[in-house]
Amino acid sequence: MKTRKALKTATKVDFATYLGVTAAFVIVSLLKSGGFLNRSLTGMLVPICCYIVMAVSLNLTVGILGELSLGHAGFMSVGAFSGVIAAMSLQGAVPFGWVRLVIAIVVGAAVAALAGFVVGVPVLRLRGDYLAIVTLAFGEIIKELINCLLVGHDENGLHMAFNISGTLTIDDLGMSPGGVAIIKGAQGATGTEKLASFGAGFLLVMLTLVIVLNLVRSRTGRAVMAIRDNRIAAESVGVNVTKYKMIAFITSAALAGAAGALYGLNYSSLAASKFDFNTSILVLVYVVLGGLGSIWGSIIAAAVLYILPEALRQFSDYRMLVYAIVLILVMLATNNPTLKNFLGRFRFGPRKSHKKEAA
Amino acid sequence: MMKKFFGILLTLAMVLSLAACGGGNDKPADSSTPPADSSTPPADSSTPPADSSQPSADAPSGSASGTFKLGGVGPLTGDAAIYGNAAMNGAKIAVEEINALGGVQFEFQAEDDVADGETSVNAYNTLMDWGMQVLVGPVTTGAAIAVSAEVYNDRVFALTPSASSTDVISGKDNMFQVCFTDPNQGVGSADYISQNMPGAKVGIIYRNDDAYSQGIRDTFVAEAGKVGLEIVSEGTFTKDTQSDFSVQLTAAQSAGADLIFLPTYYQPNAVILNQAKGMGYAPTFFGVDGMDGILAMPGFDTSLAEGVMLLTPFSADAADERTQSFVSKYNELHGETPNQFAADGYDAVYIIYEALQAAGCTGDMSAEEICEAIVAVMPTISVDGLTGQGMTWASTGEVSKAPMAVVIKDGVYVTP
Repeated sequence: MKTRKALKTATKVDFATYLGVTAAFVIVSLLKSGGFLNRSLTGMLVPICCYIVMAVSLNLTVGILGELSLGHAGFMSVGAFSGVIAAMSLQGAVPFGWVRLVIAIVVGAAVAALAGFVVGVPVLRLRGDYLAIVTLAFGEIIKELINCLLVGHDENGLHMAFNISGTLTIDDLGMSPGGVAIIKGAQGATGTEKLASFGAGFLLVMLTLVIVLNLVRSRTGRAVMAIRDNRIAAESVGVNVTKYKMIAFITSAALAGAAGALYGLNYSSLAASKFDFNTSILVLVYVVLGGLGSIWGSIIAAAVLYILPEALRQFSDYRMLVYAIVLILVMLATNNPTLKNFLGRFRFGPRKSHKKEAA
Repeated sequence: MMKKFFGILLTLAMVLSLAACGGGNDKPADSSTPPADSSTPPADSSTPPADSSQPSADAPSGSASGTFKLGGVGPLTGDAAIYGNAAMNGAKIAVEEINALGGVQFEFQAEDDVADGETSVNAYNTLMDWGMQVLVGPVTTGAAIAVSAEVYNDRVFALTPSASSTDVISGKDNMFQVCFTDPNQGVGSADYISQNMPGAKVGIIYRNDDAYSQGIRDTFVAEAGKVGLEIVSEGTFTKDTQSDFSVQLTAAQSAGADLIFLPTYYQPNAVILNQAKGMGYAPTFFGVDGMDGILAMPGFDTSLAEGVMLLTPFSADAADERTQSFVSKYNELHGETPNQFAADGYDAVYIIYEALQAAGCTGDMSAEEICEAIVAVMPTISVDGLTGQGMTWASTGEVSKAPMAVVIKDGVYVTP
C-alpha cells in the first residue's frame, strides 16, 4: 500500500519534470520568435541545455550512485572533441547539418562511454576520497592528452598524430592541400561549424531525462541506490555491486559526452583547457545546490546558476563575489529547517524526509 | 528563528531582484538605435578641424559624425586579467582623447570574458543588447576565435587589439587585427636572427601546451629551415613545469647553443634568465612580444635582462611625443607603465576612428551598415599608432607594420 503510493508520487514528480521542461521550452521558443528575448539570453540557451545534461548526468553518479566524481568535465571533453571530429570530417559526406549534429552527439556519447568503461574498471574498486582523487586525475590526464592531439581530415580520410615530443605540427600529418585541420594540439579545435541549436539542446535534455529517470525508477536504479545507502547490505542480498556501479557510471559518462558534443558544436573554437578542474566543480555545484539525487533540482540549479553570473554583469569586478554570496545564501536557505518545513507544505504526496526526521 | 529566516529571504530577494534588473532590461527596442545625438556635446558640427594637435588625425577628418557605441571584450578578471585590463584601459584613454577633440564621439563599454570562449560570446551578446556598433576585442586568442564566428554571422565590425593567431581572422572579412600574427613573429624573428647574427647556433625553449608559444615556435622553425638557421636544441615545458628550466638550459648549453629563442611570456622567461646566470651560461636571449613586461615585473632584477633582445611592437621608453604622453597619462590613471597590450588597445580605438572618418559613417547607422562601410575602406587606410608607423591592412584582416627589434641596456629598451 505504502510502496504503491510512494511509486505514484515518484511518477508524478517525473511527469511534472517532463512537463516543466517542455513548458519552459515552449515558452522560451515563443518569446524568442516574438523577439522578447534579448541576445544575451538567446545566446545562453544552448550552453544552458548542455549544463543541464551535465548536471543531470553527474547527479546520477554523485546523487544516485553516491560516488564523488571530480572529473566529469573530462567526459565532456572527450565527447566534445570526438563529436567535433565526427561533424567536421563528415562535412563533405553528409550535407544536412542536423544529421551531422545527431551523428556527432552519438559518437561523442559512445566515445565518452568507452572512456567511462576504461576509467570505471579500476576506479570503481575505490571508494570515497580515493575515487574523487582518481577521477580528478582522469580529468587532468584527458586535458593533457588532447593538448598533444593533432587531427586533420582530407579526401583520404582522417589523419591523426600524437604530439608527445611537442615538435610535430599540423603539417606533419601529411594531408593533401585541400585538407582541414580539425584539432591542433594546444590550440584545440578551431573553425568548427556551428551546428547546435536550442531545439537540439531541448531534445537532448528530454532524452537525458527519459534515460536517467527510467533508470532510477527501474530495478537497476533500486539496486544502485541500495549500494549507495548500504553497500554491505546490498551485497549480502546478492546485488552485483561492480555491475550496477558500472552501469550508472558509464551511463553518466555517455550523457556527459553527448552534452560535450553539443557544446563543442556551439562554438567555433574549443580548447582542452576549457574542461579543467573548475568546470567539473562548476557542474558539481549545480548538482549539490539543486539537491543530491533530485533531478529537477539539478535542472533548475543549472539554468539559474548559469544565467546568474551573466545577469550580474552590472557589478563588473564584484560579479563573482556577488555570485559566491548568492551561492552561500542559497545553501543556507535550503538547509534552513524553517524554510524546509515551509516548502514541505507545498509538496504533493507524503513527506518522506519529515517522517524520517520525526522517527 | 523566524527572524533569521526572513533576513535570509529578504537578502535573497534583494540580490535576485538586482540580478533580474540586469538581465531583463533593454529589450530589442533600442538595440539598433543608439540614443540619438542628444548626448553629443554641442561642439559636434562646429569644430571638426581642431584635430591638428593629434598626430594621427591628419587623415580625412570630419566626414564621420555622431556618437558611436564601442564595445570592448577582454579578460578583466582571472589569470589573463593583466592583458585585458591593459587593453581596455588603453582603449579608454584613446576614447577620452577622441571625445575631447569634438566631432565624432565614442561611448565605450568593456565586458569581462575571463579569457574563455564561452563567456566571451556571452559578453559579446550583452554588448549587442547594449547597442554596440563596433567591437574592440576580444583580447585573447581562444576567445577571439569563438567571437569571430559570431561577428561574422551578425556582420559587426571587430578589431582585436592582441589576439594574434591566424585562426582569428581566417575566413572572416570583418575581423581585423592590430597586433602581428603569430607566424609573422616567428618568421620575423628567424629573419632578423639570420640577417644580424649569421652562423648563430639556436636553442629554443617554449611552452608546448600554449597556443601562442607553440604557434610561434612552429613558424620560427619552418622559417629557420628556409633561411638556413641552425637549430641545435629544443626544450619544452608546460604550465605546471614553468618553475625549473635547468634541464632545458643544460641541454642547450651542451649542444653549444649561443642564442636561445624564447617564444614565451615574461614570467617563465624571468626564471630562465635567473637560472642561466646561476649556471654561468650566457648566450644571447631573444624573445618576442611576450617578453615585453619583464622589466616591470615585481621583484625582477633588471640586470639579469641585460643584453636580452626582443621583437616588440611597442616600447614605453620610445622618445616620440605621442608615446610619452600616452605613458604619462596611463601612469597617472593606473599607476603603472603601460605594456604593449595597452598600446594595442589604444591604437585599436584610433584605427576605428580613422576608418569611420574614411568611410564617412554617421552615428545613426546600424552595426551592419557600419561594418560594410569600414570593411570596404580598411585596406585603403594607413594609420600611425604607438605600435607602428604607417600601419596598413590586407583585406584578410592582417596588419602590415615593421617589427621592431630592441635590446635591453641598463634596464631600458634601445634599438641595436
